[in-house]
This record gives sequence, structure tokens and C-alpha cells, in this order.
Amino acid sequence: MTNNLTGSGAIRTEGVQRHFRMGEATICAVDGISLDVAAGGFVALLGSSGSGKSSLLNLLAGLDRPTAGAVIVDGRNLAEMSGEELSRYRRHRVGMVFQAFNLIPSMTLLENVELPMRFAEVDRGRRQALACEALERVGLGARLAHRPSQLSGGEQQRAAIARALVNRPSLLLADEPTGNLDSRTGSEILDLLHESNEQFGMTVVMVTHEQALAERYAQRLIFLADGKVVADQPNVPTSRRTAERGPQSESPVPPRKELT
Amino acid sequence: MKAGDLVELAARNLRESVLRNSLTTLGIGVGVASLVAMLSLGIGLQQLANRRLERSGLFDTIMVTSRRGFRGFERRASGGGPPSAESRALDENARLEIARLRNVLEATPDIRFVTELHYQGKAHLTMVGGLPPSARENDAFENIQGHFFSSDTADEAILQIQFTDDLLGIHPQPGNPSSKLNTNTQALIGKEITLSYAERIPSPQTSEDKPVAGKKTGPPQTPTGASADTGEPAAASFSVVPRERKLRIVGITDQDPDGIRGASGARVFIPLQMVENLHVMLPSGMRESEPNFSNVPTYLSLSVRVKNPNDVESVQDAIKKLGFNTFSILDATRNLRRFFAVLDLFLGIFGSLALTVAGLGIVNTLAMAILERRREIGIMKAIGASDGDVKKLFFAEAAVMGFVGGILGVALGWSIGRVINIGTNIYLRSQDLPAENLWSVPWWLVVGAIVFAILVSMISGLYPAARAARLDPVQALRYE
Repeated sequence: MTNNLTGSGAIRTEGVQRHFRMGEATICAVDGISLDVAAGGFVALLGSSGSGKSSLLNLLAGLDRPTAGAVIVDGRNLAEMSGEELSRYRRHRVGMVFQAFNLIPSMTLLENVELPMRFAEVDRGRRQALACEALERVGLGARLAHRPSQLSGGEQQRAAIARALVNRPSLLLADEPTGNLDSRTGSEILDLLHESNEQFGMTVVMVTHEQALAERYAQRLIFLADGKVVADQPNVPTSRRTAERGPQSESPVPPRKELT
Repeated sequence: MKAGDLVELAARNLRESVLRNSLTTLGIGVGVASLVAMLSLGIGLQQLANRRLERSGLFDTIMVTSRRGFRGFERRASGGGPPSAESRALDENARLEIARLRNVLEATPDIRFVTELHYQGKAHLTMVGGLPPSARENDAFENIQGHFFSSDTADEAILQIQFTDDLLGIHPQPGNPSSKLNTNTQALIGKEITLSYAERIPSPQTSEDKPVAGKKTGPPQTPTGASADTGEPAAASFSVVPRERKLRIVGITDQDPDGIRGASGARVFIPLQMVENLHVMLPSGMRESEPNFSNVPTYLSLSVRVKNPNDVESVQDAIKKLGFNTFSILDATRNLRRFFAVLDLFLGIFGSLALTVAGLGIVNTLAMAILERRREIGIMKAIGASDGDVKKLFFAEAAVMGFVGGILGVALGWSIGRVINIGTNIYLRSQDLPAENLWSVPWWLVVGAIVFAILVSMISGLYPAARAARLDPVQALRYE
């Protein structure tokens, strides 16, 4: 395994563990996972529910702290960061997309997308311009003033992606992004993730239990069970957009995005 | 997060559950209102009392008297200090000297004498007192019928209401002694009244015949004998000449004559400067028949008004050093101040109680909001909000409720105070008492109440905000 920690969005975990106490019992949600994900990669975390994939994602997102081990993103160990540093990390380095979209229902789409920039203290004018731009990019330019409840699931998820990308993170973490969507809409959403991965070179880690979907988009499939990695294999994405690129699609991985 | 964004987000969150937050804010409002109403009444009462006391002249006035007694009466008086005969005379020079002392507003002689007034051919014996121009501010003349003297030398008189009964020939019933200002008394204004008095004229040996000769030998002349009693040679003497002066009645006051500064007990008031010019023979003049008698007026007592009741003590000391006796009611003001401080404290505590209850309402509302907005807090943390941002947001929500509640409360308290004031005045009027302003909302109370409301709200927000900030985002985002 080669270690590429210099690029933006490079992830490495070293024997990371996350234990939860449930009464008397201790549950090892993440049980000593060591991984390397190069910057700009598109990785799918697969596994049944309870396999620890979401827990691992939360550790990568800095939403949770490991019980043991290290989570190193761009050379900095999240386990050693203060709460304030972690929130800064989440604000500037990470964009998150959830199964439940997690838009704030009382806010319009524009306000939802603006929210991360409020925490980043971006000026109002610039904030609105960037939010508009991000929503236009996901095809919601005409629905800025709508509330999430007025939109379809696919539209909500696209708004959530706009929100995740608006601070230009180096790492996009998606937790079952298509779980609440029909397959066609799910594909559209993954096209968007794929596009971000290609255009901005941001690392994408997607948790899913739909292996077929993962195989269409991800360059690497990591299978988890009981908090451990049970399989880690490269994958040739078969999505329409990748296929359109012709000869490149024959190569197992795009040369720039070196997998480890 | 920027302060502007915080307040904006807080206000937006508060609008999301309008009813609950409005009720909580209303609670703060009611708390602030009770505080403002209580304190505005306390402050109003204090101001009323101060105003009354200031205008009554009891607390900013020093009575100055000479240490000399009547010659022959105090000769053998025991006690320290210089013998009475050697202390200074309370004359015009002394008055000017006292008036020049620091913190003295004015020093006016007390001139009172009993004499006859003629009205429509009938003679009425009464006490006449001189009033300085500053008496215009005295609350005795607040409800005057007619007006105060047009000048300090005008030939004008203000009557005390009991004297108008004499003039009108009314004999008040024993059970109902108080007379009232009415059209009968109104009719007296503008009428002429004749003041008879005895003028004291110095009579140097060279111009002895200046006064009316016939009067000189009459019994009123006897004051010259004062020096004879003590066996001292009479180096100077004076004559007493009966005079008359026509005065116009310009005002009638229903105030108790004893409450009127500088002229207590008088039933008829005339301008002080005018009465000084009359050189009325006064009791004080009798003891001044001394070898060095001059035409410098001498007074029985002076009323010295100081700028501030706090200055009374120092001015009193200064006057004592000049060699005069002084008298003032000093400690009473101190006690009064202490009383109002305690009253304000109690009113403030009672007012704050309601605000404390309202603060508990905020704790409750925000704790509920945390439960409802668990997921929202989780989302905010996931997209980059720090614990501090979440804490500040809940703080801001508490502060916004406090601010709005504070403004609401000040308006409400202001109205309550006003209503109480109006109600009290309706009652006072029904009791035939003059209206009073016993309610005052100074600007510092308005600002202070709003700041206090924000403070109480933010203290109430401490616990919910800390709890919201501690919320684990993974837990908060786990369930839909």
C-alpha cells in the first residue's frame, strides 16, 4: 500500500476502533480498521446494517471520536483535535450527504445551502451568490425560495449535495444517499456525486448497501462486517458517464486517482 | 458565527413556534412590567415627597436668629458662648453676609406683624407676613385663586382663606372649619384693602420734628424708653408714626398658614421688599434701641435657603461661626431617604419575583426547543457548527426573547403605572384633594429594565444552551 497523504482529501485510518456501551455490553462498531484512501478517490463502503460502515463514516467526518487508533485526513489526526478544531474541519474540509437528506425544514433551499457559510462567517452577499450558484449547478436554480417539504426526495437530496459542496470541501461523505430514493433518482444523485468527484477532484466516500449501485460508480469497494474490513477490491465504474469516456473506461482505474 | 447571523437565526427559530415563544416572551413582559410598575411608583412617590419637602422649605431652610435676647430679659442667662449683649445683631449687613455664604440660595428676613386691615369700612386685626419672590414656588400657592405678586414691591396682597371668612363675614361651623375657594372668594380679587401700620422713623436730634408732631407725644412713642430701662443713656431714638397703605388683593390661597415658609401664621401676605420699605415697627426693633442705633434694618429671624438639603449642615455651621443661632430639620430627610431606599428595594424584589418566574419559563421553553430541534442541532453540527455556535444560538434566542419581552414589559409597566396614577388621581379628586403625579419612569429605568430582562433571559438560557451544545450529533442524526 502506498501512502499518499499530501493531496487534499487523503484519508488514512490506523487500527481505528469505536466501542459503544449498551448497558453491560460493549459493542465494537468499528473494530480495528486500517485503510488508505488516496485524494480524489471514489470509495464505496458496503455491508449489511450493523456492519459498522456508518460508524466509520462518522469517524471520518469528525462527528465522532475513535475509542482507539487514528483517523488521519490530510496528515492531521482527527483523534487529537479539539472540539473546536473538529468543527472547523467539518466546516471546511467535509461535505456530508445523508439518507434522510437532513435539510432544515423551516428554512428555504437557499437558506439551507447558506447555513454552512454562516458558520464559516462568509459575508452575506458572497454567501447568497455562492448558494445560488451551488443550487443552479444541481438544477434547482428555480426553487431557491421553496422549503424542503415542497420538493421531491430527489430534489431534496440534490439540495443537500449543493449544501455539502458549497464550502468546497476536499472530502465528500455520503451515508446511504440513495436509500430513500427510487433507483432512477438514485442514479441521478450518484451522477452528481461522481461529477463532483471528477470536476473538483474531491475524495468521495459513500456508504451503501446496494452493491450494484456501488459497482457502477465507485473505483473501490470496501466490504465491512462486524466492524472489520472483510474485502477491499478495486472496481471499474460502469456508469454511463464513465462509459462515455471511451478508452479510459477500459483502464481499471483512472491513472490520476491512484488506488491503494 | 457572526452576531448578526446569530440574532437572525435566533429570531427565525423563535418564529417557528410562535405561540409557545410568544407566551414565554409575554411572561418576561409581565415580569418586566411588574418590575417597572413597582419601581416607577416607588420612584414617583420619592420624587413627590422630595418635591413636596423641597417646596415646603422645611428641609432646605435654616432659621437664623440672633443670640441676643431682649435687653434686660436675657442678661443673666447662663450658658457658654459670648454674652448675648456682645453677639452680633441680625441686621441687613449680617443678612448680606449670610447670603454670600457658599451653597446659600437666599437669605430673607422673616417679617411678621399684627396689625389692622380695613376693608369696606370695617377693621380686621390679623397677622401680616412678607413673602420673598421665591415663595412663588412654594406649594402653598400651587392652587392659588388669582395670582402671585406681580413684583416684589407691588402694593398687592394675597389672603389666606380663613381671613376671607373674616372679610366676607362668614362664621365657619365648628364641625366644618375648612373654607373653600369659591366664587365668593373670587369676588374679593381685585378689591382694595387698607393696611394700617406703625412706621418707625429714626429721629436724630437735629430733625426731630420731621414726623407728625402730634403723634410724637402719643403712647406709641414708648419704645424709646427701652434704653431707659437698663439705665443706659439714650444716644439715639426713633419715632413711630401711624401710616396707611392701600393694597390690591391679587390672590387667595387655601393653604394652612402654618405651612407657609417665612411667614407662618400670617393670614395676609404682602411682598417682602414692599414691607421692608414700609419700615414697620417690629418687635425686633425694640431691642435695637442702642447707642449705635442706625437706620440699618434689624430682623427677628432670617430664613436661609440652601441649594440642596445636603448642604444644610455645612451652611448651618458657617452661620453659627458668624455668631447666630440656627435651626433646621435635618435628620428627618436622612430617615426619609433611607425609607425610600428600603421601599424601592422591596418593590424591586417583588417586581423581580415575577421576572424570575418568567426566567423559569424561558428555561422550560428552550429545553423543549432542544428536544424538538435535536435533529436540527445535529445537522448544524454536521455541516460545521461548533459547540460554541450552538450554545450562542440558544443564548441568542433567550436574549431575543428577553429583549422583546423587556420592551413589551416596559410598555406594559408604563401603562400600568399610568393607570394606577390616573386611578389615584380620580380618587384624590373625589376626596377634594389636588392631583398628584406619583408615578415616574425615568430613562434609566427603561434601559435598565430591558437590560435586566435580557440578562435574566440569558441566565435562564445558560442551562439549555449548554445542553444543546453538548448534544452528540451522531445520536441526534441517527433517527428520522
